[in-house]
Amino acid sequence: MSEETTFFFYDLATYLLNGITQGSVYALVALGYTMVYGIIKLINFAHGEFYMIGAFIGFYCIAAGMPLWMAFPCAMIGSGLVAITVERIVYRPIRYAGRIPALITALGTSLLFQYAGQNIIGADPKAFPKVTDFENQTYKFGELYISTNQIVIISTTFILMVFLYWLVNHTRTGKAMRATSFDKNAAELMGIDTNKIISFTFFLGASLAGAAGVLVGMYYNSVEPMMGLIPGLKAFVAAVLGGIGIIPGAVLGGLVLGIAENLVVGFWVSTYRDAIAFGILILILLFKPSGLLGKNTKEKV
Amino acid sequence: MKKALRLLPLMTVLAALTMFSQGCKKEDKKAAAPAVKAALSATEIVIGAVFPMTGPIATYGQESVNGMKMALKKVGNVAGLPIRLIVEDNKGEPVESANAVKKLINVDNVHLIVGSVASSNTLAGAPIAQQARVPLMTPASTNETVTQTGNYISRTCFTDAFQGVVMAKFAYESLNKKKAIIIVDNSSDYSKGLAAVFKKKFVELGGTVVDGTFTYVQKDTDFRSLLRKVKREGPDVVWLPGYYTEVGLMLNQARSMGMDLPFLGGDGWDSPKLQELAGENGIKGNYISSHFSPDDEDPMVQGFVKEYVATYGQKPGAMAALGYDGVLVVADALKRAGTLTHKSISEAINSTKDFVGITGSITIDENRNARKAAVVLETTSTGMKFKQKVMP
Repeated sequence: MSEETTFFFYDLATYLLNGITQGSVYALVALGYTMVYGIIKLINFAHGEFYMIGAFIGFYCIAAGMPLWMAFPCAMIGSGLVAITVERIVYRPIRYAGRIPALITALGTSLLFQYAGQNIIGADPKAFPKVTDFENQTYKFGELYISTNQIVIISTTFILMVFLYWLVNHTRTGKAMRATSFDKNAAELMGIDTNKIISFTFFLGASLAGAAGVLVGMYYNSVEPMMGLIPGLKAFVAAVLGGIGIIPGAVLGGLVLGIAENLVVGFWVSTYRDAIAFGILILILLFKPSGLLGKNTKEKV
Repeated sequence: MKKALRLLPLMTVLAALTMFSQGCKKEDKKAAAPAVKAALSATEIVIGAVFPMTGPIATYGQESVNGMKMALKKVGNVAGLPIRLIVEDNKGEPVESANAVKKLINVDNVHLIVGSVASSNTLAGAPIAQQARVPLMTPASTNETVTQTGNYISRTCFTDAFQGVVMAKFAYESLNKKKAIIIVDNSSDYSKGLAAVFKKKFVELGGTVVDGTFTYVQKDTDFRSLLRKVKREGPDVVWLPGYYTEVGLMLNQARSMGMDLPFLGGDGWDSPKLQELAGENGIKGNYISSHFSPDDEDPMVQGFVKEYVATYGQKPGAMAALGYDGVLVVADALKRAGTLTHKSISEAINSTKDFVGITGSITIDENRNARKAAVVLETTSTGMKFKQKVMP
């Protein structure tokens, strides 16, 4: 193999690695979008803010001297609890008011968190504090550099996704979630406390986003109140790309988006990154409106 | 379910639009000044300040305003009148800057405006001030085109034409580097301007600049794939005229990918946040040009540094010094202006000559730019270290 080809493969490997890392983060956030949509048909635009809140809870826990293995679950539970509160106070009262009011409310909640965050915490980016029980190292394979951070992000995402799959498909709660998603009224008649299940879904989604927030804070060494905006939008795109409401779809969508973005930056011009990402989305929706893994449901007459 | 799916593309397009519109908001140029100007206050002098107090370059706004407040305390009353400062936050965004300038002119009826930092922000506000014939003086925007807006727009800092040349020379002559790559922040006029100046000078000196587009935009966080591309070209120096928020992350990522070559930047790096964001490995061995070094042994500078540390509890950066000098220049102009009209204040500022400030001797030239010295600093994990001073 000539040197040029060898380097080409190192390039490709680097871009794929970066893409999978970024895609994992999108996937973790997208899961929350997809689950909440699956269960109450709400596009929760405030979901990116749960990611930001998780990152900040992690930030303050670690700054207070907590080791990572404690701070990480704290951030997940913390942002989950915030999500439950938001659902209880904001979304539940308007659950039957229709789709558009719910969507607008979600946008409003998102802005509320962003700007309240800027006001309370300050808008300038903060460097993530040093984690005591975690050392970021770089491993070199030829020309390919892999950092511990990247390994942690990819493996944590994988573990959380397997856990989620098990939870939804092999537990009683999961069964109740699926039932609620399928037909809320029927589920209630069968004795399922759907309010509780919806709260739980919010908790689950937000805690995954919170986990992503902490991982990203460590990966980029920076957290700020607006950090949820762009990843939130991208994750939404990922969820739609894979077929919203479908859990494996969110993961696939996230990875496709992450990898596509990095290939564009690497082999072409970074200016086109978002244009390409959204171009892919539009193309896929044109040919398969229900998303990559979506089934074309027939309208019931 | 079916109904929901039909709505999805619409929502997605909406989401996409929101994202793109952030990049391309343009200010309505026709926003007219009031037909008849209200008379200026005769009992006080009102200075409007437009600075990024929050947002990605917040430390610049905060430092500038700190410096300005210190200077105002030193100046006291001018021409027997007290000075009132109104600070508007532009969040580091052009649209917000334009709105702030409009508000200061139409609502607060200010004597003059000081601001802003980022050139894209100042460029958004300057045409409005020019049209209303209200003097706007920027202490820190270095892009060439800022003062070309009109005769009411001036600055008390050097321009990128000077700064870029200083760094191109430094790279070629002092560091002995011959092959450069330029990474540009595509959303910043400042960055594009500096990139062009550096390229021209570096090539003129005999160096090569690698062809190709290496760009990012503000608020990006992942630069690993871009850096990989840069690394493949095998440059021996990188010119990165950006702002500290993105630069910090980029330096951090570059070092973790085994890129040990020096990165060079302009005054956009000069913030204490840079050290924090870049981390210990990222910060080492890079160089920037700036307006001021707190290590300067000049007694006037040391007096300023001491007082600043006593008041705010941290070392002043370049923006603090520029804000401080900016207000002193303005106060000096107000004294010379005679009558306090917008026109006479503007003329007085434009005729500033050999004013000795802590960032050097300031003379405003016929293009309303300040001619003054630049310093080259080395970035280290304990702060910026003075390297050399370059006269214009």
